[in-house]
This record gives sequence, C-alpha cells and structure tokens, in this order.
Amino acid sequence: MPSPAIHIAPAPHLFGGALTTQRMMFDVLLALVPVLVAALWQFRLYAVIQLAICMVSAVAAEALFTAMRKKPILVRDGSALVTGAILAFSLPAKAPWYAGAVGSFVAIGIGKVIFGGVGQNIFNPAMLGRAFAMIAFPAALGASAYVVPDSPIDGLTHATPLTALKMLGQSTGLLPLFLGATNGSIGETSALACLLGGAYLCLRRTASWEIPAGVIAATAVIGLLVQWFSPVAGWTVLHELCGGALLFGAFFIATDPVSSPLAPRGKFVFGLGVGALVMLIRKLSGYPEGVMFSVLIMNALVPLINRATIPTPVGGPVPAKKAA
Amino acid sequence: MPNPVQVAIPLLQHTGAPCEPLVKVKDEVTLGQKIGEGKGFITAPVHASVAGAVGMPSVTTLPNGRHVKTIPIKTGPNQLSADELKASLLGGDWPVSGLDAQSPEQIAQTAREAGLVGLGGAAFPTHVKLTRNEKRPVDTLLLNGCECEPYLTSDYRLMIEFPRPIVTGALLAARATGATQLVIAVEDNKPAAVESLRRAAEGTGVEVRVMETRYPMGGERQVIPAALDREVPTGGLPLDVGVVVMNVGTSAALAAAVLRGKTLTHRVVSVTGAGIAQPKNVLAPIGSSYKDLIDFCGGLKPDAARVIAGGPMMGFALNDLNITVTKGTSGITVLTHDDLKAVEETACVRCGRCVDVCPLNLVPTRLALASRYQDWDMARRYHLMACCECGCCAYVCPAAIPLVQLMRMGKAQLPKE
Repeated sequence: MPSPAIHIAPAPHLFGGALTTQRMMFDVLLALVPVLVAALWQFRLYAVIQLAICMVSAVAAEALFTAMRKKPILVRDGSALVTGAILAFSLPAKAPWYAGAVGSFVAIGIGKVIFGGVGQNIFNPAMLGRAFAMIAFPAALGASAYVVPDSPIDGLTHATPLTALKMLGQSTGLLPLFLGATNGSIGETSALACLLGGAYLCLRRTASWEIPAGVIAATAVIGLLVQWFSPVAGWTVLHELCGGALLFGAFFIATDPVSSPLAPRGKFVFGLGVGALVMLIRKLSGYPEGVMFSVLIMNALVPLINRATIPTPVGGPVPAKKAA
Repeated sequence: MPNPVQVAIPLLQHTGAPCEPLVKVKDEVTLGQKIGEGKGFITAPVHASVAGAVGMPSVTTLPNGRHVKTIPIKTGPNQLSADELKASLLGGDWPVSGLDAQSPEQIAQTAREAGLVGLGGAAFPTHVKLTRNEKRPVDTLLLNGCECEPYLTSDYRLMIEFPRPIVTGALLAARATGATQLVIAVEDNKPAAVESLRRAAEGTGVEVRVMETRYPMGGERQVIPAALDREVPTGGLPLDVGVVVMNVGTSAALAAAVLRGKTLTHRVVSVTGAGIAQPKNVLAPIGSSYKDLIDFCGGLKPDAARVIAGGPMMGFALNDLNITVTKGTSGITVLTHDDLKAVEETACVRCGRCVDVCPLNLVPTRLALASRYQDWDMARRYHLMACCECGCCAYVCPAAIPLVQLMRMGKAQLPKE
C-alpha cells in the first residue's frame, strides 16, 4: 500500500481558527446594529449619509496608504470599516461631508498606517481622526454644530443634553436619554442600544468587559460625589452615565484592543482612567463632553499601564538563578 | 498486540543519565531482563521487552531529535501471548491491605530496579520521587488521571479496565513517600473511569476527585492547584508543597513491580486520530517501532497528513515511522489534512485572547514579540522561562501567530543571567 505523504511541523499541530481578526471586526459591526437602528430612528437619512461617507473614505484611505507603503492591501480584515463606522457614529448628524472624509483619511493614514498598519497604532484611529477634524473644522463640529433650529427632525432642534446642562443648566429626562430621543453624535444618543451592542461584544469577548466596567465604575463613583457635593436639579449619576458618548465610548471606543492594555487588570485600570477623565472634562473644562480626549490620553498611557500590570505567573515569578 | 520481529531498546528513555549496556551481541535475554544500567541517582535501568537474541548496538533518533545508543533484540520463538501478558502485568487480584511487608526504602529500590519512570510523558525516574527526603516531607500523593493531551486515552482505558493495580500502586507509593492523603484526580469527561476507580478504592482511603475537563489539566502545575488547592512555585517541584504526583499508569506499573516482580517492559500507547484506520489503545512492548503499532491499528488512512509522537498540542511530528516506542510514549496521533489548518499569520491586534487562556497567567503575545526581536529585557520582565509550551495561546490566536515556536526559540536563546 502506498503510504500517504506525511509532513512535519512544530507543535501545536491543532489550530482553533474559530476566531480570526476578520471575525472580530465583523463582530464589532454586528454589535453596532442596535446603535444603527437607534440612529436611524433619531436622525433618519443623516445617519446613513454620514456612515457611507466615513466608511467609504476609510476603506479608500486604507487602500491608498497601504499601497503607498508597498504592502499588501488588507482591506479584507475589515478594520478600516470599523474605524470608519466608529468615526461616523461619533460625528454630529449634520456634519459636512468633508469633515467625515478628512477625519477618515487622518484616522487611517496618521492614526494607523503610519505606525505600521493594523495592530501597531498607539492611538485609537477613529478618535484621532475625530480630534483632527474637530480642531480643523471647529465651527462644523463644535457644540453649536449639533443644533439645526429649522430641521424637520425634532431632535436636531435642541442642544445636546450635555451642552444644555453645561450652558443653560437644563436637565434632560432619564427616559429620553436612555432610549436615545435626544440630540447628540449619531451613535451616542441611545444608552439602550449601546448596552445591547456592548453586551454582545463582551459576551463574545471581542471587547473585554474589564474596560467598560472600569469606565462605568469610575464615572459612577465620581458622578455620585458630584451629585452629593454640587447637586443640579434633575441631573443624577444615572443621567451622567446615559448622557453623551459615555456608554458608546465605554463599549465601542475604549475597547479597541490595539490601543488598550493587554492584561485584564491593566484593562480595568485603563477603563477607570477613561471614566475619571471624562468626568474631569465634563465638570471642570469648557467642553461639555470628553470621551474622545479621555480615550486619547489614556491611549498614551497604555505602555505604562502594561508595564505596571504584568500578571504574576501561577507559582510566582521565575526565580533568579543562584550564582554558580 | 503481537510481538514485533525485533525491538530496539534505547539506553536513554528517561530524564537523567543514560545507561550503559549490560549485554553483549548474541547474548540470549529473557523477558524483563535488565540490559542497561545507568550511573548516578537520577537514571533508570532498561529491560528487554521480548525474549530473544541481542543484536548489534546502533544509534537511533528519538522523536525529540536526540540520538541515543540502542540495543536491538531479535524476538525468539518462546513468547507470552498478548492476553497472557496483559493478565500477568495488570489482571487478576490486587491486594489493598497487608502492603506493609515492604519497607519504604524497599519500594523505592524496587521501582528503581524495575526501571520505572513517569509514564505520563516526561519519563522522570519514579524512584527519585519515592525516596524520602527528611528536609522536604510529603503529605499528599496525587495520582494524575487527567489525560495530558486531547486525543490521548491510554490513561482512561487503564482506569476503566484495571483500576485495582492503580489503587494498589497508590498505596505502595504512599507508603514509600510517607504521604497520608491519597487523591486520584480524574477529569469530568471520564465518568466511567471515576466510577471504576471509586469502586476499586472503596475502603482504602484513596479519594477520587473530579476535575474540570480543560487542557492542560494533565500538567502538574495545573492539576495540583485544581485538586489540592496548592500552587507549585515557578521553577520549583511539587515536592516544595508536600506533594508527589504520579501518573495512573506509573502507579499500576509500580504495583506490578513490587508485588509481581515485573520490570517496565510494556506500556499502554494510544494510537489515535482521524488518520488512523482503527484507533486503539495498545499494550505495546517498549522498543517496538511506531510503524509496528500503526500497522497493528490498520495502518494510515489515505488522507493522513501528520504523524505525531504524543498528542496534537505538544507532540513531535515525525518524518520517519521507524522510530522507537519508549517508556515516555503515551500516544501516537495521526492527523488528517482536515485537522491541519494552514493559516497565514497576520498582525497581532493585541486582543488579549492568549492572556485569557494561558494556564500560567503569562502574556504570550509579549513573550513572542520579545523572542522575535531578541529583546531579552522584555522577555524576562514578562517571565518567559515560566512558559510550559502547552500551546493554548497559539490554538486561539486570531492572527495565527506561531506563539509557541517563537517562545520556544526565545527560551533557547535567552542569555543566562
């Protein structure tokens, strides 16, 4: 009997293969579906247009920049789509088309490819792109850009809940905040949708639950303190949690694996940092909301967090060899 | 299985010093006769696994790539049949009381003479574990009935078919080491083995504990915390926490050595995987070739793609089937093209899956990165040498990074401090 050809390779010989990078990116897009539904309900066609602009620009930017680096174009892994989607969801509905497009190009080009492509970036690409666009086009993306007084869409005629609170001292009801019947960036309005999508991501462990847990814990604790020491009528820690981009940021932005720490303890610390900075910016700075800056600042601290939270091996560290 | 025409007994089948031959070419040897003896404490003699004539010594390559001197023995006409052999090694009645006729020292000495080594795979000489050390007393003997790898079932069959010698061996080992607590750890996917062992252990004080089925539960560092809630220090031994761990097969072999004067000439080998025609657990003479065992199990299927010494997670792939079954051979796994997935490596996205699954709580992606770029500071900072190469990280990695290979390379190159 002819014996079949056998080949050799080092162990392990089995490979799970159930999870690929592509599958993780697909998971994120899937988890964004509830957010998309909420956005469609609140912003109708604006959401679709913004998403299309950002996702198409992001993929085009990925193709362009990787081609410039003479590297294989890895659009297939879906990471550019995710970056584009997250960026779109973090923009105001009426943001001009060039804001999304420029943001996407910066996100992919300067946020990711310049560092060496997927997996190598220090900062969350979508947030980097958004920060660039926001500073480049302040009038088109600032707090005032959210309000379109003559819009047929009711939500757009009001200031965002956090701006209303900051500038006018007005509180928004908890139920509209929770369901998403308020103004805001396209993906941030509905706390419910973010929780649904986030729960899916955490169950799949595409996102690590330690990060949103840290964000929410820090926000809740500081929110309670604020509520205790300088109360505002009708605004509680729950409003703080459901308002603005906090939950969207906690579940979809801060959980970007590339720019967050590796070990579970580090992830929690990272989350705490994001939550604390958000509250700092909301309460003490001129900005009504601070998820973007918080995430970027914490991204910069990730190498330090990683170094400080190296897990101890089972059985303790490797003992130093005795001098022979 | 029937005896092969010839066996080849390597003079080094264990962790420790190699043996020197005690026989000459053309000597007639009997089954179980000692044919090689090593010098020093950490070594184990080797024995003839068939009766027959000694041939010209040669050198053979073991699956791990080591070249070892080997004594071939041509099988003679007078042999025990497979059934007789099984009955004499494992069958019949095994006492669970009156075992104090043997002194602890005698038991350890017998284990040494019989060439006993750990049959789980590491092949560490058993008598070393059984010898009492006043400075480090042992209170617990843990019999490891958790299979060391997926696919392998040799311990499982032994626990179902022959629980009694396992229990007797445990009692003997406990007497040798002075352990007062006796525990057998079995995974929860083997209820038949648990049942069978519990029946055999009734009234002996041996306790069967059921573990979660989770690779690599068969590893000492995993099974001790799981069964006894003690943690072995990195770089240390189970002895450091008062535990001696023994594979269930070793335990049965110890009983056969002490009570029946049997030396270690045969062992149970799992011949398994989708690429083998009739997967079986075989009681094989040590020194048979892999080919003998594979042929006995119906040969390779046409779609067989990889033949592995050991299991699929840590075993060595072979390029030659004329390789020798040693005391440490727990299985032969044959994988098919369907089992092997050739996946292209992509970039690490730092998802942290490898950190989640590492049984030793390491950060494999960092260790692999450090190894790849020879950043030894980082490798030390992330505890490279604690890695046991179990392969869990590489199994789950979404980017298909060869984490284990990189870390193995790093461990080999890491400069001594």
